[in-house]
Amino acid sequence: MKDLFVRWLNGDLDVMDWFAQGQEGYDEPREAFKARKKELNHQIDVSEHTSELKAVTRKSFGLAYQAVAVVSCILLIGVLLYTVANLPYFGRENPRAVEVVQRYVEEGLKETGAVNIVSGMILDYRAFDTLGESHVLFTALICVLVLLRKDKKNMQSLYEDYYSITLDHYYDISGDSILHRVGMILIPSILLFGIYVILNGQNSPGGGFSGGAVMGAGLIMTAAAYGFDHVDRFFTLRFFERTTFIALTFYSFAKGYVFFMGANGLESHIPKGTPGAVLSGGLILPLDIAVGFVVMCTMFGFYSLFRRGSIGGD
Amino acid sequence: MGFIWNFPLFTIVCSLFSGALCSILSPRAAKRYTILFEGVLILLAACVLGYTLGSGASFTYVMGEFPAPWGNEIRAGVLEALFALVFLVIMLCSVFAGERFLQKDLDESKINLYYSLVNLMTAALMALVWTNDIFTGYVFLEILTLSSCGVLIVREIGRTTLAAMRYMILNLLGSGLYLLGVVLLYDTTGHLLMVPMRTAIADIAADPANLPVLSISVGILTIGLAIKSGLFPFHFWMPDTYGKASPISAALLSSLVSKAYIFLLLKIYYRVIGPEVLEKLPIGNILLVLGMLGIIFGSVSAMLSDDINRMVAFSSAAQIGYIYMGIGIGGLAGYTAALFHMLAHAVTKSQLFLSTPRLAEVSGGNLGFRYLQGSGLRNRDAGKAFSVAALSMIGIPIFAGFASKVLFGISAVMADNTMETVCVLLVLAVSSLLNVLYFIRTMVRIYIAPTKEQVKEGKYDYRVKEGHSPSFFIPMLVLSSINVFMGLFSWIIVDLIRTGLGMFA
Repeated sequence: MKDLFVRWLNGDLDVMDWFAQGQEGYDEPREAFKARKKELNHQIDVSEHTSELKAVTRKSFGLAYQAVAVVSCILLIGVLLYTVANLPYFGRENPRAVEVVQRYVEEGLKETGAVNIVSGMILDYRAFDTLGESHVLFTALICVLVLLRKDKKNMQSLYEDYYSITLDHYYDISGDSILHRVGMILIPSILLFGIYVILNGQNSPGGGFSGGAVMGAGLIMTAAAYGFDHVDRFFTLRFFERTTFIALTFYSFAKGYVFFMGANGLESHIPKGTPGAVLSGGLILPLDIAVGFVVMCTMFGFYSLFRRGSIGGD
Repeated sequence: MGFIWNFPLFTIVCSLFSGALCSILSPRAAKRYTILFEGVLILLAACVLGYTLGSGASFTYVMGEFPAPWGNEIRAGVLEALFALVFLVIMLCSVFAGERFLQKDLDESKINLYYSLVNLMTAALMALVWTNDIFTGYVFLEILTLSSCGVLIVREIGRTTLAAMRYMILNLLGSGLYLLGVVLLYDTTGHLLMVPMRTAIADIAADPANLPVLSISVGILTIGLAIKSGLFPFHFWMPDTYGKASPISAALLSSLVSKAYIFLLLKIYYRVIGPEVLEKLPIGNILLVLGMLGIIFGSVSAMLSDDINRMVAFSSAAQIGYIYMGIGIGGLAGYTAALFHMLAHAVTKSQLFLSTPRLAEVSGGNLGFRYLQGSGLRNRDAGKAFSVAALSMIGIPIFAGFASKVLFGISAVMADNTMETVCVLLVLAVSSLLNVLYFIRTMVRIYIAPTKEQVKEGKYDYRVKEGHSPSFFIPMLVLSSINVFMGLFSWIIVDLIRTGLGMFA
């Protein structure tokens, strides 16, 4: 017991040693033990008996794991179904439940100037949430940049570089003549449609997030059909960083200004415009444009980073 | 309303802006900017704390022109300001002290991106502390999740990448469950802002037939946040995540991120559901039991681990257990103890995680106990910092850990159930004993000089010494003094927490 305590104090005690006590050679220092075990493993074929035993334990564990997973899933499904079945009727126990929705629907157009009530809700009534939401995208973008952009650390060898480039060439479909033809018709219309969706966010379903995604898809198609060289001409790392930065800064400060003025009871002097026109809805249109740029850059940035580990071929 | 009312808004919006700004700055400029900016934020938070203490009431700040049930709101009281202040101080200290390791772990061209993530994390932490709207809570929870995965993944070693993957999957599961809980609550109440939601929930809970649904929705939300903060059955991601991360990341994740989730949970319990309704739901007892199990299992695992960072990480699991135990005991005493322990643990754990890599650095880069022999003599600053934090963890008087254990004891004695009292006191005693065992063992190890045989054996160069470096010494001094202050003058902090809880609901 004392011996055990001393070894624990010295950090020489492995937990597994507790189970290995009866076996030969457990007194050896851990590293020597490990090294010998490795050596032995190389030399001796594992006997049929042991491998059978291992397979059995693994199998029974896997079965138990699956059984527990299935049972807990069924339990969760049951609980959620029960909850849904027993939810109190909306507004019966709590007559104030509809007051928020009612105000959005009835007063939304007058207060925000946006025909599309959803845009009015996310970019005016609850703009703080959407400010956070656009930064969620940005955070994801930074994470992917940190992880995937090539640098001295994560590209260890020339071989690795060479290998990925050859693989990329092998699977590259740009230069295909059918793709060229189709792209010539499709890409301009996709980009135009994206711009349309962004500019009409306050009047019809859509807005910055969906329009930006459409435009990003257009850019990705350009890169896929004509090769990255064509997109790299304008979509460099510099362009990408600057655009994201300017769009997000504009968003933060424009919304910060509105929050500040609103909370302090001051007039923000932002014209609402005529409802239904493109120039309407106060700040909604510029914010949609900013979000659109962020989403477009994020979409294309992801594609470029996952495909070749850089943006703009730096 | 004073100009100070705007400070929480400035904090959040400027942190978001800094996140975007750091992505285009040069690495060195990004570091300087971040340190300067955190300093300014500390001043702002201190102003808010002073103001709310002076006015004796919390204030609600409407985000935009639309008031309570229609637009977003943030709200600041003594408790929020206190937590914001401590979080920011710890963040600044961690960035200062761990910065040197960042240059080893990360390629130089990407260091500015790391600071960008740190600023986004600050924004999310501050938003979770100040928010008065549970959906805003969800949005910033996402930013916090993603930025913590980002700071984890910068150290591109296989084990860290694996840990980051596991962390991300579990955290997204937690976020999903939280969102499900929010959706269910929104469906029953029709509100997202906390104060209108509370009146609606009080109406609904008046009918006992609605209680099962209410407890399921609150329970799902609780499970989500418990997974994210690492309560007992969900603590298995902790050792790899904290143990293998870059030191700044480990300090930030263990001391701030997990606390922010618990703070949000407490806010929901206190402000949205209300103690009266919460007592009718069976959640408190479950948290109490899981917390106690977490304390025991965390301590035992810490004792059995043979790597100093794993040990500290498992002890984190035990400390999270303490906090949930306090919430489970409930009542003013229980919540006070839990909140005090959140602060104490945040201060202590960041110090531990920032000093262990320095101890390993003078031991040939090994974290195993057998290699750490005498490392406290080779790097004296790190040894002292580790010892102060370890003594606080054990609960030696004059350190913060002692005060929080006393508070837990008091809250246990004040509980009206004898069984509960006995169990909590027993767990406290056992866990203190286990804490003593594994922390004293480490301290003995790092303060005994290596024997002649060990030097002769020459696993690595025992003569490597680390001198006095102000960038490590000053932050550790700040953290240690906060620690001792919280231990010696615990009544000041307890008073602040009580005042804060009074205006929290």
